[in-house]
Amino acid sequence: MAEFNLPKNSRLVEGKTWPKPAGANNLREFRIYRWDPDGESNPRVDTYFVDLDDCGPMILDAIIWIKNRIDPTLTFRRSCREGICGSCAMNIDGTNTLACTKGMDEVSGAVRIYPLPHMPVVKDLVPDLTRFYAQHASIEPWLKTETPAPEKEWRQSPSDREHLDGLYECILCACCSTSCPSYWWNGDRYLGPAALLQAYRWLIDSRDEATGDRLDNLEDPFRLYRCHTIMNCSNACPKGLNPAKAIAEIKKMMVARQV
Amino acid sequence: MSQESSTSLRTPLGRVRGLGAAKSGTDHFWKSRVTAVANVPLTISFVVIMLMLSKRDYAGAVKLVGQPLVAILLLLFIGSATYHMRLGMQVIIEDYVHSEGRKIALLMLNTFFAIAVGLASAYAILKIGFAG
Repeated sequence: MAEFNLPKNSRLVEGKTWPKPAGANNLREFRIYRWDPDGESNPRVDTYFVDLDDCGPMILDAIIWIKNRIDPTLTFRRSCREGICGSCAMNIDGTNTLACTKGMDEVSGAVRIYPLPHMPVVKDLVPDLTRFYAQHASIEPWLKTETPAPEKEWRQSPSDREHLDGLYECILCACCSTSCPSYWWNGDRYLGPAALLQAYRWLIDSRDEATGDRLDNLEDPFRLYRCHTIMNCSNACPKGLNPAKAIAEIKKMMVARQV
Repeated sequence: MSQESSTSLRTPLGRVRGLGAAKSGTDHFWKSRVTAVANVPLTISFVVIMLMLSKRDYAGAVKLVGQPLVAILLLLFIGSATYHMRLGMQVIIEDYVHSEGRKIALLMLNTFFAIAVGLASAYAILKIGFAG
């Protein structure tokens, strides 16, 4: 059956409360998931206090501040700090999102931060996304053609190009897939919203000549049809995209070639 | 495939590709939509018939169910509803039951149950219709 309880060695315990920075008046409480692969202990939730007068406004600013000023062992991924690399995806205040584009003012009370749900944890806020990337590779995300390549470039009309809007912006941060209960229970066979949105990006590309093969590759009770339009994916997407709609469009294409 | 050992050295892409696409699923998707649409008017007519039945005694109820239009509406409802039930329950089992043996057994039981309930109901209606 699906697991509704965490295994014993994954259950959270109360961690350390780090001292408040001296002389600071404008404090914000952070409760952050910690797990060290080198130790034997269970994951814990540590409490930190950030001096807002000394820190930028975003959640990422705060956890970088914590790493620099309080606890250098706090581990997380980050790179571009402007919502385009997708590295700092994590679960903030109960929603998967990017730490760099989420403002501290958008969260009330203590800021609770966990790694993306239902993924193996490498350390602290770093999830193992190996399978997620393999699922993206499995939809073969590149232009496939048999017609000899034109001398200059494959041409596309502006209206055909518009079909890619709302799809090409995906940064593969994994917020959507890891918010999806169907992906939690069957992530080994269901491709998940991110890979399927990417699949649709190539299915709807007017220059691509492998549409039928791509649909064949997705026509499966698990790969595609585990989507039950729960819509967590569209709720979570920090780029404002709509993976649920892309999946629905794939299902429509599947029906269209049969009836 | 879902039970593959996490210590296997198979590559991530090999695991994701698994046994390949089943090349099915659309039929299931389409049939569940068709029966869902059919269930809208059929469920309304079923509820109306049940309300009419509740106001009659046994003889009156048998007379009502014996009428061809009522019997056909009830038969259509039973066919569409039990088929829809089987499709939906199949999805729930596939979602939540991950041990292969138990999953196959439950999928079979699901089909047996839907057919048994459907046939028993249909038999009851036909018996009233043809044998009074």
